[in-house]
Amino acid sequence: MGSHFLPSTRESLNEMLREIGVANIEELFADIPSKIRLKHGLNLPPPMSESEVRRHVKTMLSKNKPFTEMPTFLGGGVWPHHVPAHVRSLVQRSEFLTSYTPYQAETSQGMLQALFEYQSLVAELVGLDIANSSMYDWATAAGEAALMCARVTGRKRFLVPKLISPERLSVLKNYISGPALETVEIGYNSATGQLRVDELEGQLGEDVAGVYIENPSYLGFLETQVQEIAEAAHKAGALFVVGVNPISLGLLKPPGDYGADIVVGEGQPLGNPVSFGGPTLGIFACRDEQKLLRQMPGRLVGMTTTLDGNTRGYTMTLQTREQHIRRERATSNICSNEALCAVSAAIYLSSMGPSGLREVAETCASNAGYAMKKLRKIKGLQVPIFDSPHFNEFTLKCVKPGLGIETFNDRLLELGVHGGTPVQREFPDLGETAVLCTTELHTKEDIDKLVEAAARAVEGKK
Amino acid sequence: MKYRQARWTSDVCLEPLVFELGGKGRRGTFSREKLLSDPEIPEGFIRASINLPELSEPEVVRHYTRLSQMNFGVDSGFYPLGSCTMKYNPKISEELAGLETATNIHPYQSEETVQGALELMHNLERSLAEIAGVSRVCLHPAAGAHGELLGMLLVRAHFKLKGEERTEVIVPDSAHGTNFTSAAMAGFNVVVVPSDSRGRVDIAALQEAVTKKTAALMLTNPNTLGLFEDGILEIAKIVHKAGGLLYYDGANLNGIMGKARPGDMGFDIVHFNLHKTFSTPHGGGGPGAGPVGVCKSLEEFLPAPMVEYNKKAKRYYLDYNRPYSIGKIKSFYGNFGVLVKAYTYILMMGAEGLEAVTDAAVVNANYIMRKLEELSDYEFKYPGPCKHEAVVSVEPLKTEKEVTARDVAKSLLDYGMHAPTYYFPPIVPEALMIEPTETESKEELDRFVDALKRIAEEAHTKPEKLRSSPTGTAIGRLDEVKAAREPILSWRMYKREKTKDAEAPPQEIKNDATP
Repeated sequence: MGSHFLPSTRESLNEMLREIGVANIEELFADIPSKIRLKHGLNLPPPMSESEVRRHVKTMLSKNKPFTEMPTFLGGGVWPHHVPAHVRSLVQRSEFLTSYTPYQAETSQGMLQALFEYQSLVAELVGLDIANSSMYDWATAAGEAALMCARVTGRKRFLVPKLISPERLSVLKNYISGPALETVEIGYNSATGQLRVDELEGQLGEDVAGVYIENPSYLGFLETQVQEIAEAAHKAGALFVVGVNPISLGLLKPPGDYGADIVVGEGQPLGNPVSFGGPTLGIFACRDEQKLLRQMPGRLVGMTTTLDGNTRGYTMTLQTREQHIRRERATSNICSNEALCAVSAAIYLSSMGPSGLREVAETCASNAGYAMKKLRKIKGLQVPIFDSPHFNEFTLKCVKPGLGIETFNDRLLELGVHGGTPVQREFPDLGETAVLCTTELHTKEDIDKLVEAAARAVEGKK
Repeated sequence: MKYRQARWTSDVCLEPLVFELGGKGRRGTFSREKLLSDPEIPEGFIRASINLPELSEPEVVRHYTRLSQMNFGVDSGFYPLGSCTMKYNPKISEELAGLETATNIHPYQSEETVQGALELMHNLERSLAEIAGVSRVCLHPAAGAHGELLGMLLVRAHFKLKGEERTEVIVPDSAHGTNFTSAAMAGFNVVVVPSDSRGRVDIAALQEAVTKKTAALMLTNPNTLGLFEDGILEIAKIVHKAGGLLYYDGANLNGIMGKARPGDMGFDIVHFNLHKTFSTPHGGGGPGAGPVGVCKSLEEFLPAPMVEYNKKAKRYYLDYNRPYSIGKIKSFYGNFGVLVKAYTYILMMGAEGLEAVTDAAVVNANYIMRKLEELSDYEFKYPGPCKHEAVVSVEPLKTEKEVTARDVAKSLLDYGMHAPTYYFPPIVPEALMIEPTETESKEELDRFVDALKRIAEEAHTKPEKLRSSPTGTAIGRLDEVKAAREPILSWRMYKREKTKDAEAPPQEIKNDATP
């Protein structure tokens, strides 16, 4: 059992008890009413040694089939990318790993500087000046962005696209339920998937706090009218919020360049494993403007100097926005965030550099392009369903009568390929459709195997 | 013996920013193979350039290794940060969470291919439910405060279904700052109840504060003074009688684990901090995990999906069929990697081990309390015994020598120890909140007490020294006022400031480190 984690022995405990002036440990718990004292201890499995626990957990986890063992085409909010070995090795350094939030700046300069670098790198990536040191994930960052829009504008409606990740929308709605904000879903052009700007303009009024879009969208296509959407939002006095997959920004124009006031996104692909969907890394960035900065949620690391002004250093700053000072008037309740994932992202981006990130992004998009080109030749499939440019995710629809997307996916799995995420339940209008994802990890062989399996699955062959 | 932290240094900074390192054309990783097709992105959507640093892999590794050396963790030394439970984080947990069968699985994989992950979450849920005495546990929240928000949303859902309009959440004046904010974020008005002369919730005041509008009481037990709320049964009765719910802030579970359970005390909702009590590392601020347990009557409101087991098919599955669920508060199913570590820890400790943890944590805290009581410069405003942490006041030093809790805390850094939490809880003046955890030996605690003794002596002889401490850390005290008044939050902002200064240079720029 884990007693080797405890240095105290019965002798040392007794010695301390004598010094404390009590006869036994029990006296230290005498203030717990006997009615609620556990009489027979907890009912848990017996303790395991290190070798036993290693065998036990390994055996249990070996029932999982990692996507590295079968071509898998899943994205939808976390995406498999190569995590360079040195990224994991550096964030496992125990001075980073086993430290708490850097409250004591003098002894935590390493973490503070790494987080300042993360903020700086994200700012470059999204094209804005300020990024915080992380939120929990993209979804909670989107929720916090909606709240921030409401605080900045004093308005209560938040416009979102109908084609948004259903999970994100659910989180967002819970986040804004406290101050009773309202979301309005804006429809899409059925041929292209693009946001209906006319509908958006119809909804934009003096009560709209913010307009949110995702680019690339949940279904993988790019929103091409970003400029018009930004202008419409700003004209109505609303803030423009853009959600991103940061890998795409190795190739695509950053939202800061097309008018975004706030950028949120999922930072997992920047050097963090998929890990069954967590830990994740919520990106949150905004324009450098007093009224925005004051309302920003989350921790910020700032550059300053020592008191004598001689040496550059870093410290958590603008904490008057935060819960431990402002209490019920704080901008957010977040304190523990995803700091170590942010450090992974900083190391990843520093390692990729501009050319590396560009090449990863191009490879992702190129692989998706290749997969779409091949898949759309299969009779009975429509790939993609929208006539728009795509980044690394795309839709696949079973149009063969009687063929459901889940049956199609089951057949793929029997053929050793994991298909995309079905979306027909959340978006019944889209029919028997799934979203597929490719990254730089997919080889030509993987994609060819998908295409071959898809052709057989449509035929009903195994 | 004097502590010296690594201090990588150029003339004006410790270590240059990564933007100031490397050189054009270098890269740290990745070279692609031939593209399979040309990306079909229209020209107008392609970005022209991106300003990222260009470093080779060894340069990257050296830079971040140096930064790590200027950081202090539990593996470096004593870390008595109150309410944060900075215990040792077993290495085996890291190894198992890093297995490819944990890191390389996707949350949308078919259930058949992730049975191991589902089984692990199912088992962890059962263990946590047993430890807290609750019915079901949602593993989704990413941190304690996130769990609090979920808890408050559950409270709201509960009363909405009952058709009762309850708008107030009661929070003691000693509570963690997050309690106030979480309740407010969920749309509640916060009502504060004072502590009594024993440092516990003033029960008479609570009785007054509870009304038909009371939705819940949020309580930490042991509270932030490290004291067990011994009136808990009466407190629960008062709140429940008024129709309200009881919320347990689990930050301090390390003080009672295996001795008593929040569910048995009458709490309806409980959050856990897996990165505190269950030994998953805090990573310099996260990722953590803040699962939320509930009593039977609140189960139906928990987020979807929950992990269920089909006995007949001998198969775990994700149950989305939860018509009364509040929906989601995080994408997917929580910070799975953290869950693997907590599960590993619980398996290794077992019931006996977890109780031994509580015993050692509580003996350690009481030992520190007893030892400090002997020193006249350290005062305890509320008598013990305490549980896992002790809150001491250095008010005498402040009054006599203008030496503050901050000065004492910063001085401790020079002994190779992390500072306790200070100025918290706010009901204790010049507070140092000390949580030794079970990780420390008697000798380490003696060293700590000895350090505090020497600091108190110096407060009388050389108070200036304490006010200018620390000196052995990578850097001395920082200008926090400047950091807040002229915020520089990114490399971009820094460059802009520098350009501004260069255009109009009335003062010398002292923090310019560009080579």
